[in-house]
Formats: sequence, structure tokens, C-alpha cells
Amino acid sequence: MAKLTLRERFKQGAAGSGDSLRGSKFASSIFRPGSPFRKGYSDSPRNRSYVVMNNVLYHLHPVKVKRHGVRLSYTLCLGGMSFFLFIVLTITGIWLMFYFRPTEMAYADIQALQTSVAFGSLVRNMHRWGAHLMVLVVFLHMSRVFYHGAYKAPREFNWVIGVILLFLTLFLSFTGYLLPWDQLAIWAVTVGGNMASYTPVFGAQIKFGLFAGLEATTATLLRFYVLHVLFFPFIIVIFMAIHFWRVRKDGGISGPL
Amino acid sequence: MVDIPEHLLLRSAEARAKALGISVEQALAEMKGESNPTVVAEEPEVVEIAIPEPVEAEAPAPVETPAAEETPAPAKEEAPAPAKAETPAPAKEEAPAPAKAETPAPAKAPAEAKTDTPEEVDFAPEVKVTQRLLTVVKAKPIQKASGEPVDKVNTWPHLMLPEFISLMAMMAFLILLSAILNAPLLEEANPNITPNPAKAPWYFLGLQEALSYWDPQIAGVMIPLVIGLIGFAAIPYIDRNPENHPSKRKYAIMMFTFFLAGAGTLTIIGVLFRGPGWNWTYPWIDGIWFDDLLDWIYFE
Repeated sequence: MAKLTLRERFKQGAAGSGDSLRGSKFASSIFRPGSPFRKGYSDSPRNRSYVVMNNVLYHLHPVKVKRHGVRLSYTLCLGGMSFFLFIVLTITGIWLMFYFRPTEMAYADIQALQTSVAFGSLVRNMHRWGAHLMVLVVFLHMSRVFYHGAYKAPREFNWVIGVILLFLTLFLSFTGYLLPWDQLAIWAVTVGGNMASYTPVFGAQIKFGLFAGLEATTATLLRFYVLHVLFFPFIIVIFMAIHFWRVRKDGGISGPL
Repeated sequence: MVDIPEHLLLRSAEARAKALGISVEQALAEMKGESNPTVVAEEPEVVEIAIPEPVEAEAPAPVETPAAEETPAPAKEEAPAPAKAETPAPAKEEAPAPAKAETPAPAKAPAEAKTDTPEEVDFAPEVKVTQRLLTVVKAKPIQKASGEPVDKVNTWPHLMLPEFISLMAMMAFLILLSAILNAPLLEEANPNITPNPAKAPWYFLGLQEALSYWDPQIAGVMIPLVIGLIGFAAIPYIDRNPENHPSKRKYAIMMFTFFLAGAGTLTIIGVLFRGPGWNWTYPWIDGIWFDDLLDWIYFE
């Protein structure tokens, strides 16, 4: 037998491995036609379409996209990054909820999370830096869209949805800011709440509603917690769905320039 | 000059042979112009259709509805005059109308059959036979293309692979960042001890900086609400210029860049150059007064 390079051996091994398993009725009941994990997958235009059409997650994409839109230098993948960061934040956030109570115990819970929970510190760091990153990436995404003039007809309304999404991202980040219940959190939120109180006419009412009182207390903590883990994610998911749907309905990516 | 495929020629020859009662070879030879066409004696008889006279049609009908419904059918076939007489004046318009519509078609058919002139056979002039059996239809698209064709590629793998790689790169960056730098955690919240300075999250620091210049009604409300939310959302409705190349929308780009630069400058000042009492400080002399960056500042 001729001597094979590592690459060739890898390719052969991958092609033949688990054929009996992949060809079983069980496996083919899981993977729909066109799945690269299905036995007998070959690279053909038909299968390339099936990969996208027959998968609930990939189905966000159309089967074909404009060639210029595929270039990384056009979109910088910023919209995809925003969505991906949202997913990462959702996963890490749910994980953090196991160890956190929005009461007087909040601060102690964070301390315990950092010191006595496996990977607690890492996951909290990921959640926090990921949140800052998401604000940044969403903002960059908006700037990218502006500089490409991608908000022009027929995409005007999707830009409006995008601005709403930017603000929802800021609200999500801001409500999460209070949750560690340390000096940084409470005073940053106090400053932010004071800004809201400058609203003409209803300023004081807005601040009162936001803080559940005249100043930041544990009642505020509970309020921000519910807004952060339930209310705003719920709203933002709806708007994201509309946003993605409109991207496709408005003819995919804009351009080329 | 169209080359008729052999199998089509054969098929039409067979059909002609069957219709005229001659051999297939003979029909084929005729079609290729190698022998004279067989003259068919018994051409299908053309029945002259008597068109009912308008006077008859207008005569008031002694209404017999079932009869009236049946009459159009025989009228199509032969339309015999005596039959007409038996059922005097069927329903006023129904009978004449179909009869008129039908008449041109049978009347033309024999004319076509008789004049097998080369002018009518545009694909094979030398063929001197009837072409009723074979029709060459010009190829036409069944859909009308309305719009420029767009250069497209398959999403898998051309979009999804770069996407996947970018997401993995982002994930790697995030995990690495989180492994190196710790999220800040100061002392427990205490409403009685106000830090100096008290700073908002970084994305609001530009606003907080603006608040130190202007009246809070302007900086705290007008800027974020009117410029930030309403102004930004209205951009597509204000900017009606359809061009999207940067060289053709210099004004819009200038305005947006101006805004970005302003917001960025205010934010950077708010984060790095403001110390106790919101006084101006230099980060390289007085240090950074922004606790969110605590671990970045004391990073070793």
C-alpha cells in the first residue's frame, strides 16, 4: 500500500468512518437530505441547496446569496457577530441565573460565584465583556450599514428596526449593569437614572418607575433583574426576528457599491 | 434552413402513410422531394354551412328551452338546413353565434391542404408535401425575465464557512479576554457613600460629558431622544438620495462622520479625562478614573 500523507489519510478516514452508523435508518431519520452528516453526501449544487433548505437554523439564510455580499470586507460579519454575541450572552446569562438572587444576597452571590463555583469567574467575565462587545459591535454594524447606504429603499423600515434594536441593546446592558450590586453598579445606574429624570414633564415619574422608589434599592435590583432577564430579551427577540425576516424580504444584502 | 431530425421525419412520414393509405417509404420519399406527392382523391368533404339568416333569428321564438339547448351541437357538425326548418328559430342569439364562430375554421382547412406551396413551408422549401403533421415551434422562454441577473453563489459553503470562522474567532477572542481580564467587582453597594467621580456605563459617558456643558434638558433628553432615537430612525426618510456610492453622497457621510467623531470624542473624554469633581485629568498623570477598566489598569 502506497504511503499516504497525513492529509490524505485524514480524508480517507473521514470519508469512510462510521458509514454503517451514518447509513442506518436511525441516523437518516435525524439528518435530512442534504445534511453533510448523512451517508452519501456529495458536493453538488442540489445538495448545497439542501444543506440550507433542510436545516431549521441555516434556514435563516437563503439558498443563494449575492457574490459580493460574501466578501468579509463588505459586512465584516458585524450583524452575524451581534446575533452570535446575543446567543453567547443568553447562554452565559442563563448559567449565571443559577447562582444569583436579586436580593440583599446579590453581592454575596457574585462573590461566591467568583470564588467557589467552577468556571464561575470565567463565565461572569464572558458575560460582562461580551455585553460590552455587543454594544460596540451593534454600533459598528449600524455605522457599516450607514456608510454603505444600505438603509435606502426598500430597506428604510429595517433601519428603523435596527435603531430600535440598538436601543434595546443599550437597555439590556444598562439593566444588567446594576446586578452585581457593588459600588460601581449602583452609582452608574444612579447617574443613568438621574439623566432619565431630566425628561420634561414626566422626569420624576420615569425615575420613580425605573427605580421602584426615589433611589436605587434592592427593589430597584429586582426590577432591573426582571427587565434584564425576561422583559428586554423577550422584546429584542421579537425585533430581531422582524429584522432578519426583513433582510430577506427586502432582497438580501444591499449593494454592491 | 432547418435540419429536421430523422426520427421526427420518420414519425410524420408514418402518420402521412397511414392517413393516405400509402407505404411509409413512399411517404418518406415524398417528403424528401424524391417523388411526386400522392394526390388524394377523397379529400374530406367540406360541408357548406348554412348560416341562418338574421331574419330567421330575429323571429319571436315559441320558446322550447330543451330544444334550444340541443340545437347548437348539430349546427356545428353539418348545420343542415332542413334541421333548421324543423326547429324553427332556436333561442335568439345562441344558435347563430356558435355557427358563425365555427365556420371560418373548416372553411380554411381545405384551402391549406390544397396549397402546399413552398412559401408556407418555411423550414424546408424543397419539400412539396403537406406539413400539417409536423410543426416546428420556435423556442421561447416560458418565463419573462424582469430585471438584471444577479451574480449569486451558494450560501453553503460560500457564506456559511466565513461566517462560522468569524464566529469561532469571536468566541476565541471573548474566551481569551475573559481568561485574562476580570470583570470589576468593588465593595458592596452602599447608598451612603458616593464615589467621586460617579460615572455611568461607558456608552452613556458621552452623554454625561455633554451634561457638564449644557442644560440637562438639552443634553440629557434632547440629544438622546431627539437626535439619538428619532433622528437616527428618520435617517432613511430624510436622506432621499438614491445613490449608495460614497462619492455620490458626500454630505450624508460627512454629517454621520461628524456625529461619530463628536460622540466618540465626548465618550473618550468622559472615560479617560475626567476625574474627581468631573475635573479634567490626564490619564498618564493622574490615572484613569473609570472603575470598569479596573483590571485593565492594574493588569500585569
